[in-house]
Amino acid sequence: MTHVGYLVAGWGIVVGVLTAYAVRLARRGRALSCLVPKPRRRWLEDRGVDGS
Amino acid sequence: MATTTDAGLGERDTTGSPRSRLLGIATLIAVAILGVLAFALTEPDVRIHPETGEEFGQFDAVRMLYVHVPLVIVTYLSYGICAVASIGVLVKRTPWWDVTAHTAAEIGTIFCGLVLVTGSIWGRPVWNTWWEWGDVRLMTTLVLFLMFTGYLALRRITEDPRRQARRAAVVALVAVLDIPLVNRSVEWWENRTLHQRSTLGELKIEDLTLFTLFFGFVTAGLVLAWLFLHRFRVGWLERAAIDHGVAAAIVERQSETSDAEVRRSVGEQPEGPEEGLVP
Amino acid sequence: MIGRISRDAWLVACRDLRIEARSRVVLDQVVPFSVLVLVLFGFALDADNRTLRTFAPGLFWVAVLLSALLAVQRSATLDRSDGTDTALRMSGLSPISLFLGRASAVYVQLVALQVVLVGGLLILYGVDVEDPLLLVVAGLVAGVAVAAAGTLYGALASGLGVRETLLPILLLPVLAPVLIGATRAFDDALGAAAVDGWAWTGLLSLAALILTVVGASTHSALVED
Repeated sequence: MTHVGYLVAGWGIVVGVLTAYAVRLARRGRALSCLVPKPRRRWLEDRGVDGS
Repeated sequence: MATTTDAGLGERDTTGSPRSRLLGIATLIAVAILGVLAFALTEPDVRIHPETGEEFGQFDAVRMLYVHVPLVIVTYLSYGICAVASIGVLVKRTPWWDVTAHTAAEIGTIFCGLVLVTGSIWGRPVWNTWWEWGDVRLMTTLVLFLMFTGYLALRRITEDPRRQARRAAVVALVAVLDIPLVNRSVEWWENRTLHQRSTLGELKIEDLTLFTLFFGFVTAGLVLAWLFLHRFRVGWLERAAIDHGVAAAIVERQSETSDAEVRRSVGEQPEGPEEGLVP
Repeated sequence: MIGRISRDAWLVACRDLRIEARSRVVLDQVVPFSVLVLVLFGFALDADNRTLRTFAPGLFWVAVLLSALLAVQRSATLDRSDGTDTALRMSGLSPISLFLGRASAVYVQLVALQVVLVGGLLILYGVDVEDPLLLVVAGLVAGVAVAAAGTLYGALASGLGVRETLLPILLLPVLAPVLIGATRAFDDALGAAAVDGWAWTGLLSLAALILTVVGASTHSALVED
């Protein structure tokens, strides 16, 4: 395979950045969820459709 | 991600929901399949020159396109959503549109940054340069990225959310309307756009290459959906947390005010040992 | 309707210009700054006149944009003191005429700035004007785009604590096509490069039109709170 370094860098950066962002979102969501009572989190209602 | 799926028991203090978890799993599987398709199943781009018989093409660098091109699509999709939501902010003026616009802009900017990075890394072996000044799409994307960097900077300033919503909406609309101008001007600026236009066209698009590219779109769409859902919920929670915090503070403040304080404030003699509390 | 808007805009523009005539912030500070930028470019690039002549159009427009930032900030802060913004809101002037008036005042200042800078190009950089008409038209048209976008973003950033740092990062990318177009038109007018300056002026007019219309129509969303 040619250009291995470029490919590893390119794909690695994409996967790394998106994973880091997803983890950050999940953490932030967890921290904020504690502050807000359940009825304000619409996606927890069992309406079958996600609240967004 | 939390694994609690029981809605009745256990406090699920995350932005996840059963459906979003399903989406997350589907996204991870799609990413894995895309990796296999891009690295194991597709062939490198090698062509034989009809006259000299020399090998030429992008070789394995073409595998970068399976992540780069889908990212381009979701970048523009995100910014499109942001533009529509910004109109929604100006017309409807509800927090829902505002959070949607902010979400789309933030995710779009992350994708846009990745587009620039992957494009640059791909361009180095194929065009023999990290950066091509005369390339229309490259420059347009860069200006778009810079505009939305400003948008996010504006977003990070704490002020009245309703004012911020409108200001951000105007910035997003101007940015999106400005893009055709940027595109046009860069295209006329230097007519050196010979690379980009032909690159995809001259690839020998086989069935599997095309399928991988298409699968890349689906995967990027799933990633966008998962991130969007969770970023939206975080944005929603941020607002709810402020509202809830204010409401809780009012309740707390009210309970702090003792009977004695109330009496003193209306001029009656206090009873009990609360001498220190002079209003 | 249109008559009233233009009359109100005229009032606002005259007021802004009168304030400028009395305070002379743009004349005493922004114009010298723009000439200073030209001199700094001269130091940074080369003492060789030929280099400067080649890059004169681009340097000119970068100097205009940097100075426009200052002029716009000045224009946006005019109403922040003594509750003038509240008084303006109560006055019944429509946001459109307010926008057009402010933009016109900024525009007049930008044109004056350009006149000084062209003088700077002629004297300091030793450029020759090959097509004076194109130079004037392109400068006037590009000025509209800069004034419109600048006024809109000035209103947008006004009242924020970080206005001075936020405005450039918001405004300059939006003006990128104007910078490119105006530079190319000046390239033609000053004979620095063989391009079709009139076509670029057409693009500049489109940018000016779009930015003015968008600015006038969205300005109400920014001032009504």
